[in-house]
Parts: sequence; C-alpha cells; structure tokens
Amino acid sequence: MNSRVLPLMAFVLLVALLVVGLKIADRKTQLPSPLINKPAPAFNLPVLGQAGRTMSRESFLGTPYLVNFWASWCVTCRVEHPVITDLARSGALRVIGFNFRDENADALAWLAQFGNPYEVTLVDLDGRISIDFGVYAAPESFLVDPSGVIVFKQLGAMTHDIIETEILPRIASMESGN
Amino acid sequence: MTVELGQIALLAALLTSFSLGLFPMIGTYTGNRRLMAISTSAALIQCLLLLVAFGILTSAFVNQDFSVEYVARNSNSLLPLHYRYSAVWSAHEGSLLLWELILGLWIAAVALFSKRLPEVFRARVLAVLGWVSAGFLLFILFTSNPFGRLIPSAAEGLDLNPLLQDFGLIVHPPLLYMGYVGFSVAFAFAVAALLGGEISRDWVRWSRPWTLVAWAFLTIGIALGSWWAYYELGWGGWWFWDPVENASFMPWLVGSALIHSQAVTEKRGAFGNWTLLLAISAFSLSLLGTFLVRSGVLTSVHAFASDPTRGIFILIYLALVVGGSLALYAARAPKMIQGGGFAGLSRETLLLINNLVLTVMAAMVLTGTLYPLLIDALGAGKISVGPPYFGFLFSWLLVPMVLALPIGIYSRWQQDSASRLAGRLMWPLLISLVVGAGFWITVPGIGLVAAAGVSGGVWVTAGSLFYVGQHMSKKKHFKIPASILAMTLGHVGLGFFLIGVSLTSATSSEQHLRMEAGDQHVMSGYTFEFNGTRIVQGPNYTADEGEFIVAKNNREITRLYPQKRQYAQRGNSMTEAAIDPGFTRDLYVSLGEPLDDRGQAWAVRIYYKPFIRWIWLGSILMMFGGFLAAGNKRYRRKIRANKTEQTGTKEVTA
Amino acid sequence: MTPTRKRRLIAVLVIILGVGAAAVVAMKALNENMLFFVSPTDVEEQNLPAGKRFRLGGLVAGGSVSRASDSLSVKFVVTDGAASVDVMYDGILPDLFREGQGIIAIGELRPEGYFEAAEVLAKHDENYMPPEVADALEKSGHTVESATEKDT
Repeated sequence: MNSRVLPLMAFVLLVALLVVGLKIADRKTQLPSPLINKPAPAFNLPVLGQAGRTMSRESFLGTPYLVNFWASWCVTCRVEHPVITDLARSGALRVIGFNFRDENADALAWLAQFGNPYEVTLVDLDGRISIDFGVYAAPESFLVDPSGVIVFKQLGAMTHDIIETEILPRIASMESGN
Repeated sequence: MTVELGQIALLAALLTSFSLGLFPMIGTYTGNRRLMAISTSAALIQCLLLLVAFGILTSAFVNQDFSVEYVARNSNSLLPLHYRYSAVWSAHEGSLLLWELILGLWIAAVALFSKRLPEVFRARVLAVLGWVSAGFLLFILFTSNPFGRLIPSAAEGLDLNPLLQDFGLIVHPPLLYMGYVGFSVAFAFAVAALLGGEISRDWVRWSRPWTLVAWAFLTIGIALGSWWAYYELGWGGWWFWDPVENASFMPWLVGSALIHSQAVTEKRGAFGNWTLLLAISAFSLSLLGTFLVRSGVLTSVHAFASDPTRGIFILIYLALVVGGSLALYAARAPKMIQGGGFAGLSRETLLLINNLVLTVMAAMVLTGTLYPLLIDALGAGKISVGPPYFGFLFSWLLVPMVLALPIGIYSRWQQDSASRLAGRLMWPLLISLVVGAGFWITVPGIGLVAAAGVSGGVWVTAGSLFYVGQHMSKKKHFKIPASILAMTLGHVGLGFFLIGVSLTSATSSEQHLRMEAGDQHVMSGYTFEFNGTRIVQGPNYTADEGEFIVAKNNREITRLYPQKRQYAQRGNSMTEAAIDPGFTRDLYVSLGEPLDDRGQAWAVRIYYKPFIRWIWLGSILMMFGGFLAAGNKRYRRKIRANKTEQTGTKEVTA
Repeated sequence: MTPTRKRRLIAVLVIILGVGAAAVVAMKALNENMLFFVSPTDVEEQNLPAGKRFRLGGLVAGGSVSRASDSLSVKFVVTDGAASVDVMYDGILPDLFREGQGIIAIGELRPEGYFEAAEVLAKHDENYMPPEVADALEKSGHTVESATEKDT
C-alpha cells in the first residue's frame, strides 16, 4: 500500500511548488510600481502633429491626467482604444497619449484610422521616457494627480472595470481630499 | 459573422465532450448498453465539431480577416499563403485549438478502431478521454478563445513572427502534438484498467499500438524541432535544454520506457504496476509541459506569452487529471506482483534497467527544469540551470542503458546464461571497441568521452544487426518478421543518434569572424571565400544576401547564400543560414551583422558540423520502428480470437 | 529468507544505491551549474554570487554600443536605471540586440571592473523583457535621470 501512494505524494509536492511558482509569476506582473506616490519622471516631449511645440511635466500641473503609453504596432492598444475614448469623452480627467518607439507617420495614421481620444499626443521616439516610467509592455497607463505625483499604474489594456474601481474613486478623492 | 460560428462549434464540442465523459461511464456501472454506445457517436460528433471550429479559424487566416484579434496579431496581408495556414498554430490560442483538435482526432480513432474491445472497457476508455477533452475545451473557451474580435478591426496585421515563417513551423507543432496528445490514449487505457480492476493483461496488448504510434509521432516531432532550431536560429546548435524542449523530452523518455514495459507486461505479466504508472506519467508530463510553457512560471526563449491566470486554470486541470489518476493508482493498483518471476540475468532484468534509467533521466530533466522555480520560491535568488548539468548527467545515465541494450535484445525471458550471451555478443563488442578506438586515434580533438559515445552507438547498432543476422541464419531464409525489423529499426536509430551526437559534440568547428569581400577563411580542410552581399527581395521582406564560395582541395564544391532579412511589418531582422548538408558533415554559414556603414564588412559565423545529420536520421529510423511495431498483426488477430472464445458476447454497433 | 526474497532484496538495494548515487551526483551537478541572475545595482553594491560565472541583466544603455573596427569585439553598457556596468563581448550579437532592449549576458566580472560576456541573449520578441530584468528595473525605482541617456 505504502509504495503505491508515493507517486501521488510526489505529485502533491510538485503541485505545491507550481502553485508557489504561479504566485511568483503573478507577482511579477502585479508588482506595485515603485513609482507609486512618487513624482512622475521629468519629460519634455514634442507634440505629435504640431511642429516645434513641446510640453513638459510642468505643463500638466494643476489637474489630474492619465498618461497612456501606446504605439501603432501595439495590437492591444487597439483593444483598449474604445475604453480610452470613453474615458476621455467623460471629461473626468485629461487623457494624454504618449506615443513611444514609433514613427510619427504611423502614429498619425493610426489616430486618423481609429480616432484620436487624446487631448495631445506626446512623442517619445526612442522610448527613453517610457523607460523612466518603467514601461516594459504596451499599453501602460499612469494616473497622475494635480501635484504631479503618480497614484496608480495600469499594466496592459485599460478596462471599464478598472476605471470604475481604480481611476474614478481616486479622482474623486483628489477633488475632495485636497 | 462566421468566426462566431467557430465559437459555437467549440461550445457544442464542449457539451459533446461532457456527454462522452458522463453517459458511457454511468453505463458501465449500471450495465446500460445504450449509454455505453453513446461513446462512439459522441466521439465522432466531437471530432466533427472540432474540425469545423479549426476550419473556421483557418479560413479566417487564409482570407485575412483582421477583425479577428488572433489573426491580426499573427498574420499580415503580405504573408504567403502557405504560412497563413501554419500561422493558425503559431501562437497560444491557435496552438491550443490544434492540441484539442488532435485530441478529438485520436478519440475518434479510438472510437472507430476499438470496436472489438470488451464494451465496458472501451466505454471507460472513451469516457476518460471525454473528460480530458472537456477540461481542455473549458480552458480554451474561458481563457484562450481564438475567435475574439478586434473592434475596430485592424487594417493590417502584425505579421507572423519571422522566425516562424518557415517550413519547420508548418510541420513541427502538428507532429509534436500528435505524440504529446496521443499519450492520452495510453493514459485512458491505464485508468480504465484501474477502474475495472483488470487482472488480465489483455488491456496492455490493446494499448500497445496506440502508444507506439504516439511515441513515433513524438519522436519525429522532437527531431523536427531540433532540426528546425538548427537551421533557423543560425547558431549551429540543435538542442539547448531549454524548458520548452525539456517539456517535450520528458514525455518521450517516459514513453520510451512505457513501450518497453508494455512488452514485458503483455508477454510475461511482470512490471504491471510500472506499466500503469508509466502510462499515467507519460501523459501527465505532456500536461505538465503544456502548463510550464504557457503559465509564465518558467522563463524561456521559446515560451508562449506568459499569463499566470491561464496558469492557474491549467494547474487545476493538471491537478485533477493527474492527481485523480494517481489516487486511483494508489487505491487500485494490483497489490501483488503478477506474472512469473525472473532470474538475475534475463530479459526482464535488462528491461527493468531500461525502465529505471529512462525514469531517472526524466526525473533528472524535471529537476533541472524546475530547480530555478524552487530556488525562487525559497527566495534564494533567481537562477538558471546551465546546459552542462543536463548534458553531464545524461551522458552518464546513458552508460548502463547502452550497455544493457544489445544484451537485452539477445537475452531470453526469465532466465539466460552469461556464457551464451557473451558468445553471441562477442563480435558486436569487438567491432564497437575497434571502431571507437579507431576514431579516438585518428580524429584530432576527439575526447575519450566522445569516442566512448561512438563505441556505444556502434555497440547498439551492431548488436541489433547481428541479432537479425542470427535470426535469419537460424530460420534459413531472408524474411525478417516485422516485429524484429521494427525493433531493429528503433535500436539502430538510437545507435545512429548516439554516434551523431558524440561526433558532433566533440569535433564540430565554429568560427566567428569579420570578413570583407574577397576574404578567405580555411576551416577543417574547407576554404570559404566571401564574395560580398547584394540586396534581394522576398514576398514580405528585403534581405542582404551574401555569397560564399566553398572549396576543398582547390576545387569548388558549392556556393552558400546566407541572408539577413528585414521583415517589413514588424521591422525586425532575421538570420537565414545557408547550409550545405551532407551524410558525414554539414557546412554552415550565417551572417551576423554588417560591421561598417557600407555593408562591405560583415560579422560571419562559419561552422563545420560532422555527422550532425545522423542525429535526425537516427530519429527518423526510430520513428519508422515505432510505426512498424504498431502495425503488428498480432494486435488485431488475437482480439478476434478472443471474440470467438467468449460466448454470448454481442458486438455493440454504433 | 527464501532465495527469491533474498534476490529481490538485493535487487531493491542495488536500485536504491544506484538511484541514490545518481541523485547525489545530480545535486552536485545542479549546484555547479546554477547561474545566478545579477543586476547592475547588485554589481555596484558588490552583491555577487559565489560562483564566478553569472547572468547580468538589464537594458542596453542608449549610445553605448561601439564596435572595434578590425575584429568582432563590441562594448556596451548595461543598466537598470540606477547603476551601470560596462560589458565587453567578442562575437556576434543576437538579431534583437538593440539599444533600450532588455538583454541578459552570461559571463564573468573582470578584476578591471568590466563584465566579460561569453554569451548575450535577447528573446525573439521585440516587446519582451526578461522578467528578472523587469524586476530589477522596478526595484531600482527609476530615478528622474533617464535610464538610457545618450551622451550629448
């Protein structure tokens, strides 16, 4: 009897190890960004489609805004696009596009095709600013409060759920708290 | 509209798989023959629905329907037609659908070709397969639906990863999955046997052809993957002990033990529990492999996009399927060792060594693959296990197996004498030692280990061939029974494999150089002259193509044209190596990168790979051996004999 | 003890010894072939693993890649946003090697202070970053300075 239970016990141990492994893997994607509650990294980027104009971190002080990193080559960005559009239309906050590691022509074509939800789109051609923000997938979004501090990060596509449960409450507390 | 039909087909298949799992199984416990008979129709209907679903996804690719997100991610308007077909299984969701389709095909085959099995046993086998299928369909429908829409639809697809735009991707996954998934049949047979408390060994005989076919497919599937990596990745390597590769190798090792263990159980009644456990383990390792490469738990250059939420699902599925079957084994596996005993020197003993070595190999690979996870879980750091761990252990574990192999071929069941065996094996032993010594002395740079490896390969090959010779001389004619031919093919294939691996590992040459047009490089007796590069245009790429004139003894023997491709859509570059294949050596050239702005100087890799084709040639022989063994008429004949023995057994027609 | 039982006992003992020996050898081989992952911050803080060889991971710093004119030697800088390490590699870099790309280099830290790479790996997907590198980047917190600042 004993020896025949051994394979089952070995398997149970294996499953335990794999469960831990999954938790670790999950943590890798859910790791709270060390940027939370820190000032947004400095940037001074050109505005897409407006030659010669740039905007910096300081340009956005005073109101909450969403930094949305996207690119024309990013398929998931198309999936989240309607959600971003809804968010922008709701007027709850300013939605700023950060087009990174892309070509201006491609970015403009993408916006023309799918619609432009952004108040402005800033161009981070070589992705330096995305690295400062700790972006390693696309899309990623950051909620920045009126004083320029990052309060929330969304890895991957934005969803209506996240907007309801994470974004809007934080905006509400910004308006009442401060 | 049509892609949603694909989703509906999958839902219908799910319902069918539930029926397949539930009703026949109930029927076996209540004696309801109508319920048991449902198994055939459910199996066939499920298969049909899966074909429909797969067909719909394929047509979405062929017709370039970029409103389907999966198609948009993995295809492009410039993608040539044949790759549009294979792009279906190029990423997670589609490859899972292929997995499930192949499972459906296996289940249908079992339903069609096992009509002569006792109906209770057959119904249980199909029901178990039904549960396996149901779990997989749930996984696909809930976490990995390939039919999701992209709204608004993409104007252009993201393109198939250039590395996958290749013949290898067309053949490797389907054949690999045929093997991977095929072990589910042996699994189902074992579980059905445990459920029924089978004491007789008939079920083992019935399961052998299915297991042999699955094993043969897995052999060629892995070999194709290795060959593909060799010519596609441009590094001259053919096996990297990467977690994804290990995930397919472990079922193969256990499967190899299984096919031998089944032989012993069928013929002698021994190793009954080994056979049960190996059958459960082979498929369990397939499922485990599927889990490891898709859950994000392991880092690998091959791994599919990782998604821990999917991982949870597969893990639950794995826990239920494997845990359930192992629990059943613990409860029901026969308490007594059956069949006759056997002496110290006997075929049984040697096959026991075989079982043990292969199992330890699989355990060793599993340990090495999971060790990084264990260390990370313990918080002791992030590590990876280097290939030398696997290579070193594998080589040493091969020693007892290789030594035992020809002895096992010659030895009698139950009891044999050492002197008789020594007499038979004297010549193969001598030949292997002479050849090994010959290589050791004449080939520069070959170490003792590689020479021993060559010896081992020759020992296995010669031992197998001499056995055939002895058999023919005893029977006084040249007709070789298919079973002996199959066995010989399998073992000679292994011998060739060992020779190829030993020689390639020890005596390959590799050079990374900077070359300009007009430069020459001499390596292993061959002269490589670089003639510069020119631009060529492909259907969806532009390439720098280099020309290399290869000469030996001042005579030109071939020209090689390696390419550096730029794919338009994804914008990344890819190396396309140029290979001059040969029976005794490969010459291999690939372009690295341009070293100056005008593209006149290039970083170049040149390889000389002796006997590397023997690795895949050996694998092909093993595959043929497996298929031939499966076709053994004995499996079909005896069942008919059984049928006439049993009175009052009516055949249930579907 | 009957001869059968005795034979079986011997067989079981031999098997246990054999498998035990294999296990011991395996553990030893495992420990010798473990490659630890080290970030540039770990290197700066001298937080190095016991073995000499390890895996260094991070982003390729912008503007840092330079090739020798007459050989295959290449120099570049690997950074995690907080610290940087000079890397020297003699050979052909993988196709997906680019500035700003997450890579892993396997090799040894030379006493002179630079990392001599024997192998450089980048995954077959331009959007991929090895999880360990991502972790290291997150841990380093990203200062306001750009992680891959070009020389101006």
